Amino acid sequence: MSKSKKIRILIGFISGALFGAGMIISGMVDPTKVIGFLNVTGDWDPSLMFVMGGALAVFTPIYHLVIKKRKTAISGDAFTWTTNTTIDGTLIWGAIIFGAGWGLAGFCPGPAIASIGGGTNIILAFVLSMLVGIVHANQYLAGRFPLPFVGYRKQCGS
Amino acid sequence: MENFTPWTSLAGGALLGLSAALLMLFSGKIAGISGVIGGLLSPKKHESSWRAAFLTGMVLSVLIVAPLGFSLPDISGENILLVSFAGLLVGFGTRLGNGCTSGHGIIGMGRFSKRSIYATIAFMASAIVMVFVRSLFGAV
Repeated sequence: MSKSKKIRILIGFISGALFGAGMIISGMVDPTKVIGFLNVTGDWDPSLMFVMGGALAVFTPIYHLVIKKRKTAISGDAFTWTTNTTIDGTLIWGAIIFGAGWGLAGFCPGPAIASIGGGTNIILAFVLSMLVGIVHANQYLAGRFPLPFVGYRKQCGS
Repeated sequence: MENFTPWTSLAGGALLGLSAALLMLFSGKIAGISGVIGGLLSPKKHESSWRAAFLTGMVLSVLIVAPLGFSLPDISGENILLVSFAGLLVGFGTRLGNGCTSGHGIIGMGRFSKRSIYATIAFMASAIVMVFVRSLFGAV
């Protein structure tokens, strides 16, 4: 096994464990808390503002002061961020559909994966449905699956 | 407001930022969870093992935080049909929009990516509207 592959797997595991821990400690895994945060016109619980605040306070300086100055990652792999800068309907509609699902149940992908060990069929149902949704989206993006009202995706541009 | 937890939320958030920074610095990858899962469902060479390792770490994280006194909340009272429908929307929307709260909300926002800023505003607004509509029906 090459050194870069070892780094990828080891760092993948460590950062996954840290990510899951962050989701549990921050309260993002609690749908009541998520809905309380989104309920700005009701009994608003601003706690989850601090989650994004804490995450950005750590990530942003490391990205701009360290990562951005490097040509490749420490493993030698290229950075995989997208160079796409177009704001199109696919991006915005995707975000709107995601937001609707997030507001409906209070789960988003990260907290859901971190909650798999919780032993409820609720989370398993969510994760399985989410996988189905991802497959449908991949099929739609490849022009192989029609959506209600929209039909097949037109194969032009992005 | 009795549930207000600024310090644990800040600490948990800092862990998310640290995790995303480590993954990017060491292996150049983006810790966007919908992207990590999406990439496993349409696998490319050299792109599956780190994703599998990342998700394994996430699933096991509940064991790491247990000695610190953190556990998963009781969610057994949620409506499974509603949650399943929400799962479909979340899976579909995050793939279409190329990211979720982590990929757009943390990494994209931290990189000052215009796409991520627009996406974050769109999903936050949509989620707030959804919760508002639910509150009209007394479901919040």
